Amino acid sequence: MLDHKEDLAVGTFSGNRGLDQEEPPIFEIGRPETSGVDMEEPAHFEPRLGGLERERPIGLPGVSEPEAMRHYVRLSRKNYSIDAGLYPLGSCTMKHNPRLNEKMARLEGFADIHPLQPQSTAPGALALMEELSRWLLALTGMSAIALSPKAGAHGELCGLMAIEAALEARGEAETRKTILIPQSAHGTNPASAALLGFRPRAIEAGADGVVSEEAVAKELGPDVAAIMLTNPNTCGLFERNVVAIARRVHEAGGYFYCDGANFNAIAAIARPGDMGVDAMHLNLHKTFSTPHGGGGPGSGPVVLSERLAPFAPVPFLSRDGETIRLVEHREGAQSFGRLTAFHGQFGSFVRALAYILSHGSDGLAQASRDAVLSANYLRAALRDVMTQPFGDRACMHEVLFDDAFLEGTGVTTLDFAKAMIDEGYHPMTIYFPLVVHGAMLIEPTESESKRSLDLFVATLRDLVASAKRGETDRFTRAPRLAPRRRLDETAAARKPVLRWSGA
Amino acid sequence: MRYLPLTQADRAEMRAVIGVGDVDALYADVPAELPLAPSLDLPRAKSEMDVERLLGEMARRNVPASRAPFFIGAGAYKHHIPATVDHLVQRSEFLTSYTPYQPEIAQGTLQYLFEFQTQVAMLTGMEIANASMYDGSTACAEAALMAHRITKRRKAVLSGGLHPHYAEVLRTISHFAGDEIVALAPDVRAREDIAAMIDDSVSCVIVQTPDVFGNLRDLASLSEACHRRGALLIAAFTEVVSLGLVTPPGEMGADIVVGEGQSLGNPLSFGGPYLGLLATRQAYLRQTPGRLIGETVDAEGRRGYVATLSAREQHIRRDKATSNICTNSNLCALAFSIHLSLLGEAGLRRLARANHASAVDLVDRLAGVAGVETLNESFFNEFTLRVPRDAAGLVEDMAEAGVLAGVPVSRLLPDAGLDDLVIVACTEVDTVEDREAFIAALRGAL
Amino acid sequence: MSGERYTKDHDFLRVEGDAAIVGITDFAQAQLGDIVFVELPAPGKRVAKGEQLATIESVKAASEVYAPVSGEVLEVNAALEAAPAKVNEDPLGEGWLVKLRVTDAAELEELMDEDAYRAFLESEG
Repeated sequence: MLDHKEDLAVGTFSGNRGLDQEEPPIFEIGRPETSGVDMEEPAHFEPRLGGLERERPIGLPGVSEPEAMRHYVRLSRKNYSIDAGLYPLGSCTMKHNPRLNEKMARLEGFADIHPLQPQSTAPGALALMEELSRWLLALTGMSAIALSPKAGAHGELCGLMAIEAALEARGEAETRKTILIPQSAHGTNPASAALLGFRPRAIEAGADGVVSEEAVAKELGPDVAAIMLTNPNTCGLFERNVVAIARRVHEAGGYFYCDGANFNAIAAIARPGDMGVDAMHLNLHKTFSTPHGGGGPGSGPVVLSERLAPFAPVPFLSRDGETIRLVEHREGAQSFGRLTAFHGQFGSFVRALAYILSHGSDGLAQASRDAVLSANYLRAALRDVMTQPFGDRACMHEVLFDDAFLEGTGVTTLDFAKAMIDEGYHPMTIYFPLVVHGAMLIEPTESESKRSLDLFVATLRDLVASAKRGETDRFTRAPRLAPRRRLDETAAARKPVLRWSGA
Repeated sequence: MRYLPLTQADRAEMRAVIGVGDVDALYADVPAELPLAPSLDLPRAKSEMDVERLLGEMARRNVPASRAPFFIGAGAYKHHIPATVDHLVQRSEFLTSYTPYQPEIAQGTLQYLFEFQTQVAMLTGMEIANASMYDGSTACAEAALMAHRITKRRKAVLSGGLHPHYAEVLRTISHFAGDEIVALAPDVRAREDIAAMIDDSVSCVIVQTPDVFGNLRDLASLSEACHRRGALLIAAFTEVVSLGLVTPPGEMGADIVVGEGQSLGNPLSFGGPYLGLLATRQAYLRQTPGRLIGETVDAEGRRGYVATLSAREQHIRRDKATSNICTNSNLCALAFSIHLSLLGEAGLRRLARANHASAVDLVDRLAGVAGVETLNESFFNEFTLRVPRDAAGLVEDMAEAGVLAGVPVSRLLPDAGLDDLVIVACTEVDTVEDREAFIAALRGAL
Repeated sequence: MSGERYTKDHDFLRVEGDAAIVGITDFAQAQLGDIVFVELPAPGKRVAKGEQLATIESVKAASEVYAPVSGEVLEVNAALEAAPAKVNEDPLGEGWLVKLRVTDAAELEELMDEDAYRAFLESEG
């Protein structure tokens, strides 16, 4: 075993450590006159730039193709990925990304079509959007869908705009400005609400980790526009009072926005439409396996209840006999307007539909059950050594621990996470949700084999035992085997260097 | 099911460890009145071969840009993407990683974003750039909100040359956020007097160049007019390749520059995913939306990168965040950055000249077609054509003849009375034969 | 009246003549961690008690400082722009934030003295 007190720093001449190779910024490799793209200089012509020719050099480096390949391949090897290992980030649903999805999205008839080419020349694209819509509406039990939101947070804006538009139609937009949000919510919820001029008001979850009907009821009134509830919630629990909460909110004249980030627990098992949801975004880059790409692109279609359906944004699909048409302008309808140029993340639609068709309704239900089974398996296998904030009870597709089990060890949640890096794992989501001290939120997804889950359990149990034995160096000095040790985030924020400015 | 590794035996063992006989016992919190695993009238699982067949049929019903002389732009552009780009963005470590929350094992993502930020700042002529937004239109809306925070004013003036989709996105968000929009009439020939609209209540003026009709606009005097009144100038673009040849907004006094980056590295893909670019002055750092990557050192003193100034962002600041954005367009930013690194300064300038030359050639050929008129005095790779009939019908007829000719203005602005205008884009992929085919199809459709 | 006065938000106030120095307590700086940026109000600004006075950012958090009493901003600690770490190193001294002209001296009486603050910290655990 590694001696955690010893420094590892092996001085090599090159700075490389075997396969872990150093790579400077592209600006220290390239040269302005070099190009890795061969192209003929156009024949002489008279420019028509109206006197706005660029005069000063840009400063951009160029590299040959082999240099480009080496630069980016070396960079890639400094990243963890779901293809290489279990990626248990809670609320992020890092599941397997099938390569069939990628192959389909790259078909010429999908990748090489323009959003503004005549609709008569893209009927297959419209059919694909309609087919995806059909599936998403059936899985959620909702009435209408807006495909255009670009990611989850953009979907939140979409849903809240539909709610505000409905309130305007009722003449209550000026009076209903409060949105109820549990403190365990993703930061995007209050941020989206505030962006649209709503006042977020926190509601407390009970000691059991879920929101009670009473907690909501006492906050309801003529000022409340909506509740934003994540279900399953970020503590990994199903909001079991959801139906009663929805009823109360509706009775008080409000709407129910559901953050669908955790839909992977219940896809093809339970329908938000049956729970009284009025609007919910689906993260295609979580539940439906479109790759997260190191932070995007996402895709966040929003499903709407019958009450909100008339206010859906443009563009939307409309069918006339055999012809599907994309309606791009309001044309006098109640649509609340436009969220983005063009029609949404079409490339993600192709990938999501390839995933959905591959699973079928039976496979989707099995995937949800496996995701929940795997999270509960981790819970059961770790409950005697790690601590759960809301007692030992069944969770959904992610299991939440707090840092009580580390008390007195001198090891923090952050240290624990960094030690996991040395063991070859990406850490779980840490310090979120904010309502739990030193939170560790673990989401294994349905993509892990039992062997993989067992190795993960064994590793975590060893780390816990090590912390309790007082081997703090293993944690506080971690990571030591990653491409970088801990980075100085304070220095980065105090004197921000946001662009390359010289070697 | 090929994506699910657990066997029936595994599942049984796992249930035993958990202490449940049936996996659905884990769903005990789902209220009894909800149907659990309702039978859905949907197809069952399909093999890889069957999915390919089904989606392949859908794809074949569309006419791709590479199968016809292609002149459609207006916010998204057909360019050649080097094979290296698509190979590299499909590297597992780029494609299947999450947002870089653990910098020690995400240096690949963090470094390419740092390089991307630098490239965008250089191209736009600005001091700093963020790590991307969803697309040009949402970047534009975020820039207006940012200007409102900086100036503590709430009115945006929109040029009539701004892409109508961008204007609609701004109008929608402003309506709900309670901000004011003053939108000038569609300005086909770039003759509007925006400076006259600026008073002490104006937060920002948003101008696109090249504008949606293809005109290039000198922003120097407008930026002075803005600054005299304490307003900010936001410059937008939809064709980033233009920056290889024309004066960047940063050199004309823009305070925030936003645009669409799809043209470099990213396929048309029927409208998304695309790449929002946002660059600004260092002074406005803390009002900037989205992720920012900064350089620092690790515990051994080695250079490294981290997401920084996070206290602006929703996961920390919640309702006081500068934006609600979380997931952005990292992989599209990577494609952009690889393509631009391959091009280099020399390659980008050559690519831009090839685009301009292609448009100049088509405009020259159009001068010989009676009844049509090119309206632009200046342009980069896109221009507006007046035709003696309804442009939408003309474009449909030309499509019938096998030429994808452009975007009728009525598709973007159905109520503007500009039904005889079509926006035509030329890029390096067009050949002389393509342009000849355009002229022939046009003559046939007139 | 002399010595420091404290709020339940862990801000302090020290009366100097008819002005008062406002900052955050040692407990508050420790909770925030490494401070990377301090946003201060413009001199001349009038604030009511409880109104936002400043914002302090650390790497992983941002925290608003509310005016402990009503007043007018006379001066701000401009040195923090280049050296926000002073708030960590010496919160009650060189890391002060704002100098206020107190407009309602009665409000000073509502703040805790050092003993009361110490007891408050203990009760908070």
